[in-house]
Amino acid sequence: MTEITDVPSPFCGIGTDDLVIAVEGVSLTVTKNGCAVNTPAFEQAITDIAPRIAGKEVSLDVAVTKAAALLKDTRQPVFGGCATDVNGMRALLALADKSGAVVDNMNFTGARRNFLALQDSGWMNTTLAEVKNRCDLLLIVGVDLERFAPRFFERYLWCEAAMFLADTGQREVIYLGKAPSGKASTSPKGRKAQVFACADADLPEVLAVLRALVKGHPVRAEAVGGIAVSDLQMIAGKLQAAQYSVVTWAAAALAFSQAELSVQMLCEIVKDINNQNTRCSGLPLGGKDGDQTANQVCGWTTGFPARTRFSGGFPEYDPFLYDTRQMLDRGEADALVWVQAFNADSTPPKTTLPTIVLGRSGMVFEREPDVFIPVGTPGVDHAGHAYRMDNVVAIRLKKLRDSGLPSTAQVLAAIEQAL
Amino acid sequence: MLIKLTGGKVYDPANGIDGKQQDIYIQDGRIVNKPGLDVQIDQEYNLKGKVVMSGAIDMHTHIGGGKGNIARTLLPEDHRADPVARTAITRSGCGHAMPSTFVTGYRYAEMGYTAGFEPAVLPVNARQAHMEMGDIPILDKGGYVMLGSDDYLLRLLTAKKDQKAVNDYVAWTLNAAKAIGVKVVNAGGINAFKFNQRKLDLDEKNAHYEVTPRQILQTLATAVKELGIPHPLHVHGCNLGVPGNVETTLDTIQGIGGLPMHLTHIQFHSYGTEGDFKFSSGAARIAEAVNKHKNITIDVGQVLFGQTVTASGDNMRQHANHKLANPNKWVCMDIECDAGCGVVPFKYRDQNFVNALQWAIGLETFLLVDDPWRIFLTTDHPNGAPFTSYPHLIRLLMDKSFRNEMLATLHPEAQKMTTLASINREYTLNEIAIMTRAGAAKLIGLEDRGGLGAGNWGDITVYTENADRQLMFEKPDYVFKNGELVVKDGKVVKVTWGTTHIVKPDWDTAIEKDLQKYFDRYLTMKLGNFKISDDEITEDGRGSLTAHPLRNGV
Repeated sequence: MTEITDVPSPFCGIGTDDLVIAVEGVSLTVTKNGCAVNTPAFEQAITDIAPRIAGKEVSLDVAVTKAAALLKDTRQPVFGGCATDVNGMRALLALADKSGAVVDNMNFTGARRNFLALQDSGWMNTTLAEVKNRCDLLLIVGVDLERFAPRFFERYLWCEAAMFLADTGQREVIYLGKAPSGKASTSPKGRKAQVFACADADLPEVLAVLRALVKGHPVRAEAVGGIAVSDLQMIAGKLQAAQYSVVTWAAAALAFSQAELSVQMLCEIVKDINNQNTRCSGLPLGGKDGDQTANQVCGWTTGFPARTRFSGGFPEYDPFLYDTRQMLDRGEADALVWVQAFNADSTPPKTTLPTIVLGRSGMVFEREPDVFIPVGTPGVDHAGHAYRMDNVVAIRLKKLRDSGLPSTAQVLAAIEQAL
Repeated sequence: MLIKLTGGKVYDPANGIDGKQQDIYIQDGRIVNKPGLDVQIDQEYNLKGKVVMSGAIDMHTHIGGGKGNIARTLLPEDHRADPVARTAITRSGCGHAMPSTFVTGYRYAEMGYTAGFEPAVLPVNARQAHMEMGDIPILDKGGYVMLGSDDYLLRLLTAKKDQKAVNDYVAWTLNAAKAIGVKVVNAGGINAFKFNQRKLDLDEKNAHYEVTPRQILQTLATAVKELGIPHPLHVHGCNLGVPGNVETTLDTIQGIGGLPMHLTHIQFHSYGTEGDFKFSSGAARIAEAVNKHKNITIDVGQVLFGQTVTASGDNMRQHANHKLANPNKWVCMDIECDAGCGVVPFKYRDQNFVNALQWAIGLETFLLVDDPWRIFLTTDHPNGAPFTSYPHLIRLLMDKSFRNEMLATLHPEAQKMTTLASINREYTLNEIAIMTRAGAAKLIGLEDRGGLGAGNWGDITVYTENADRQLMFEKPDYVFKNGELVVKDGKVVKVTWGTTHIVKPDWDTAIEKDLQKYFDRYLTMKLGNFKISDDEITEDGRGSLTAHPLRNGV
């Protein structure tokens, strides 16, 4: 048995890189700094090694040849999932370019709420080390943060020391919208977060009133979405009084119609505070299933985020039209390639189209795909790079074991070669 | 493989050759002396009547790293207006203000450029910079690592650690981030913005640290010199864009006390406060100071009219400029106790007084600085204009009547505020070759690029002489990269992959012990995971690293 230290995780999105993992053959055990998200993701056993065609085991070469044959005569295949590392995305985009495919990251419909706000008015954001060292007030909007990232509070708020705060336990935490499911947001000395819960559907109205109060506009209502306006006034006052407040949200959690307008409202509140002679920053949560990685690599390769099609010979971005699920439903695709190297439970959407899956070992299908190629998981079976939620830091993923599973990049490059 | 380029008119200022007809031989990627008569030439190009220079080198262009990708993501409408289709040998992508990586490589090569250097590599974002540059075909590349607003350095200075500690940290960072130079952006200002300071003058203290920008510049310029790093400290000064900042810039030149220093996009730092609009040209005073101080080099950061996007590490100044965003959307970020960034779209308009004068200030600077070895042709891509406008800029420098015709169409008040019409200088081809080749290679410390002597790599561009210099420089007949023909008649004919240029100064390993403690206590990444390993650059089978020697026998 060997023990590997300082292991970075591609699963949790918050860039934990202090895991200790014991390796025994191909079995992994997280022995230190695990969490409810990372531990099962690292420890999941390898069940399939061999690729399959229509459920029958074949060699990798045969599977690759078959996949290329399926793609050869397509006019507009959809590459869904797109959950892999940087090199995997590079190979995916190269193949999509060549085969005239649509590329669509599986989390894009959630992330779209952020992209629409960004591309309409922009934002002022920060990153995790700034949160750790400067944040004196964290406003958490519409998300149960500890379920999203179990170690967020331990690593970034209740850390032993911060460069610019005398006592990290003095930070204030306020929940607006969703209430926390546990006690991770309570400081080590027992200081509890303030919670102002409301229904998701009421968040747009609540945030609009909060912005009006930040801007000093009079508000006649006494309550909005069940939250007293005086409480929102208190939140506005705390944002204005803080040295370095941080407003965080998870686009994926804002599952209501036109939530991009709520993201925009939050981003504009942050800008307003910065125009009132103090600092405030946004912190969008994400970074799961390779979503930031897909958008970053697609961004520099095409100029656009990862919902982009190549069937016209050049990249075209449309945040609504090129949604995998909808393209399948509308009959606008003629094959599906599903790439999911991180999560065996994340299987392709239902379709009768020819389907090629590059998946994490252990995927169980309702309908066996035409071609299934189990691939290695970045940061487990091979080295690689993955972006953290704050989009600035690409973490260097380690190879932890010799499983013999090929990387996404190797398989997709082989399919491209065979085309 | 022995290639002969026959009979071209060669401009090779690295070897003192100014428009002399001569043959060039390339063997196995490098330029060689004329071989013996018995040696067989495998391929010959008849270049009679053509102009031959080494491949151009852009010493300051934002081609890799997070802020560039934010700029891309921010402007889908700009990309839609310039789609680039794939071909049998090239990838699809997009162009205009912030092109996709593949298109960046193709378009640079198609203009005769064979190398580009990213000037703002945040240490914590260096991986991304290298990954993006790793997807830029044909060009060689490299980066200058950004220091000066990172809390570790400011803590060293506040604790009054000695110069050696700073040198060790700078050397460690250069190695960890795989860079070839050191850049400072608004020294300490990005950090001060995090403490809600909205401006920071040269002698103004950080609200938290007992440190001034002047002190940061002196300490880092000393470190660069003492470590023997060929590229002088690369400085984006204080008060970018602020009327009156010419005083800051002159003070910065004076204050560095003779240490080598490169002042980048100096056009944005050359503004006075005269005239009805309290905005005037400081170019003459800047040029005078540059002419006098031989330790100073500059690049211009020329503004050209049209839509672009500004992407900078200077989030303090970018935040101040956000009200000018056009279209009205912008991004600022504080980053990892390391630095920050700000991305603000700009539309420079010839009928806008300030923009028109910015255009004139840049050109005045080009024309008033005497020594082409100490001034470099940049638009600070994409901040002043996209790099694809270089041929137009070259025409402005080489063609006085063209320049004056354009000047006559600008905002009338701006015309009154510039001496440009009275400047007769026209750049020569040799001077262009110095600025964009020999001088750039010398400045960065590339010992075997930027010249056409034996031993140099075969990075060569061939143009057809044309009185319209824009047409001439837009479309080279041939471009060779490492001796391979990559562009013919202005189109990519072969896709190759360039190397990444770095320096590897030594450091005292003791610094890593202290850094390890700092990382564990305050940062969000383990020290070992922060350092970029060689295989991260080379594992894709295309990338490579080229380490350059240090100066002074260090």
